[in-house]
Amino acid sequence: MALLEVKDLKVRVEEREILHGLNLTVNEGEIHAIMGPNGSGKSTLSHVIAGKPGYEVTDGQILFRGEDLLEMSPDMRAAKGVFLAFQYPVEIPGVATMNFLRTALNAQRKARGESEYSTPDFLKKVREVSKSLNIPQDMLKRGVNVGFSGGEKKRNEVLQMALFEPSLCILDEMDSGLDIDALRIAADGVNALHSPKRAMVVITHYQRLLNYIVPDIVHVMSKGRVVKSGGKELALELEASGYAQFEDAA
Amino acid sequence: MPAVQETVDRVKRIDVDQYRYGFETLIESDKAPKGLSEETVKFISEKKNEPAWMLQWRLEAYRRWLTMTEPTWARVDYPKIDFQDLYYYSAPKPKKTITSLDEIDPEILKTYEKLGIPLREVAMLEGVEPKPGEEDPNRRKIAVDAVFDSVSVATTFKAELKKAGVIFMPISEAIREHPELVQKYLGSVVPTSDNFYATLNSAVFSDGSFVYVPPGVRCPMELSTYFRINERNTGQFERTLIIADKGAYVSYLEGCTAPQRDENQLHAAVVELVAHDDAEIKYSTVQNWYPGNSEGKGGIYNFVTKRGDCRGDRSKISWTQVETGSAITWKYPSCILRGDNSSGEFYSIAISNGFQQVDSGTKMIHLGKNTSSRIISKGIAAGKSQNTYRGLVTAHRKATGARNFTACDSLLIGDKCGAHTVPYIEAKNSSATFEHEATTSKISEDVLFYCIQRGLSQEEAVGLVVNGFVKDVLQQLPMEFAVEAQKLISISLEGSVG
Repeated sequence: MALLEVKDLKVRVEEREILHGLNLTVNEGEIHAIMGPNGSGKSTLSHVIAGKPGYEVTDGQILFRGEDLLEMSPDMRAAKGVFLAFQYPVEIPGVATMNFLRTALNAQRKARGESEYSTPDFLKKVREVSKSLNIPQDMLKRGVNVGFSGGEKKRNEVLQMALFEPSLCILDEMDSGLDIDALRIAADGVNALHSPKRAMVVITHYQRLLNYIVPDIVHVMSKGRVVKSGGKELALELEASGYAQFEDAA
Repeated sequence: MPAVQETVDRVKRIDVDQYRYGFETLIESDKAPKGLSEETVKFISEKKNEPAWMLQWRLEAYRRWLTMTEPTWARVDYPKIDFQDLYYYSAPKPKKTITSLDEIDPEILKTYEKLGIPLREVAMLEGVEPKPGEEDPNRRKIAVDAVFDSVSVATTFKAELKKAGVIFMPISEAIREHPELVQKYLGSVVPTSDNFYATLNSAVFSDGSFVYVPPGVRCPMELSTYFRINERNTGQFERTLIIADKGAYVSYLEGCTAPQRDENQLHAAVVELVAHDDAEIKYSTVQNWYPGNSEGKGGIYNFVTKRGDCRGDRSKISWTQVETGSAITWKYPSCILRGDNSSGEFYSIAISNGFQQVDSGTKMIHLGKNTSSRIISKGIAAGKSQNTYRGLVTAHRKATGARNFTACDSLLIGDKCGAHTVPYIEAKNSSATFEHEATTSKISEDVLFYCIQRGLSQEEAVGLVVNGFVKDVLQQLPMEFAVEAQKLISISLEGSVG
């Protein structure tokens, strides 16, 4: 069974159709890249999978391990293993990162019927994980993303990914706002988390990110549809000739 | 943040109409006839076996009150109160003089149990001293002066406090046992003529707490009172007087819950604090009166006058309040900075949901030299509520070197509520330094979705974000209170989103 199956998905935002029948299948362990120009519907797709309010699904299906994802609340989707790394992670003043991580992790565990972590067990786990990703403990004491640099925010996303152990990670334009060094650090984190059980969907505008995260399959989106899929060489082709050739295909 | 989870569980079990503390206790009570007259005032005074001077004081206040009109400047709207349609006194019938907890009406004790406050520290209340070696050093002692309806039914820890020389008792007792102190201080901070509600309180106050901490004494425990309204149509008129003599320190905790009501209940308390040279008073409140049902019906009208007088040099008074309940809140805990180098603080969290209306803030009156004050106000408006911060910072002509810092932050949840900030600032000398910062923000959908994508439910996400917003103030509360307050904040915002 596929991990994620998007079938003929049609989505509207305020009366305007953004996705016009999109199909996508992701299996365990695969790395997919979704590329496309601005406005092609890449971020909409990631938001709809995660369950962000404000989108109306008018047709089609999203199955996660065969279950109807659209029937689940967004927090339940998270508990089932859907993780969205945000393009612009939000700041939550007054809420220490450590606190946030623990609240979220225990909420997910509880939703799955698992026991919640005790404070010492949680601290042990978070130390282990942050150490493996070279994330300083100091960062965990600060308010969630408050005063973080662009790079720190993305590392915080990677940390959460490592801690929550989702089976599907969607990375929405994680390269935006990052310099080359920060990009490399974040990408290293993502690569470290890739496993035969965990699939990654990397959404990006530029080929540059794919130098660091090498995809198995590349999809090109245009005007709300996947118009071409291929191997990693497709990304290079795009880099050379641009998106214009696909405008007509849509 | 385990408290958040706990809160959410609890929130799921209740809704606004099933107000958690909305139960009544069936006990016989002893009521004054309905309405307000000189006879009512005399009835109350007689019930309390008060000396003649006290009755005189009350009657003067009553006559003054007849000449006054209700203030209308606050941003609150409510039907006119018929002061003749209220009861002004109600007390549980005294069976006999109470010497131990066993003698207290079990119904009353059960009420506290339902509140989740098994008289807060049952073991201590029952006079069970921890065995040597078993004391928990992290657990500070709390003395409870429980006010049930209008009469204090249990006063604890008297012995230990007595050893330290601290007087902590119902004010009705203090009037009889320490008339010299009461006469000296009562009305010296909030005069009987101060304002409509304070004057009304002066005429008919039923009971409240009295605290006197002698010179150089650090009160050995937190003092605490739980208030509760329990008689239909009974106006609750608490009167609290706290005096910290030279170099003394005291921390006082006040918490309120009230049963569900269809008719509005009037609550007009007066709290007076006096701090002499080098003394410090810390006064913390968690207020959770019944806010009214989901249609805005019922709920407590809370018109409170709280004022602290930093009478001595280098004295300090600090107010911390968490306001979550009441249909109407009209409350401005203030500091008069009379002594040189004295300082005042006001930390406030005011939450309004449903149809609640809050008009609250503080006054910092700088009179002495080099006085300083600090105001941190966090207002949270949800539902169809209105939340106003109203503050006054003023420096007298002679208050050279006065300093104030004010930060007022408002958070809006949803688009049917309102937050308002009304600061008044006056400096009558050129050496005063006043800073004022204010922000208003809306709880962002993006922030909520971020939290929810990480596995939190909508309610948990709101609770988390709001608790982050108010963190600076929560930190000012004593530990035990902070945990309770955090839960209360999430409970009171239940149903505010979505």
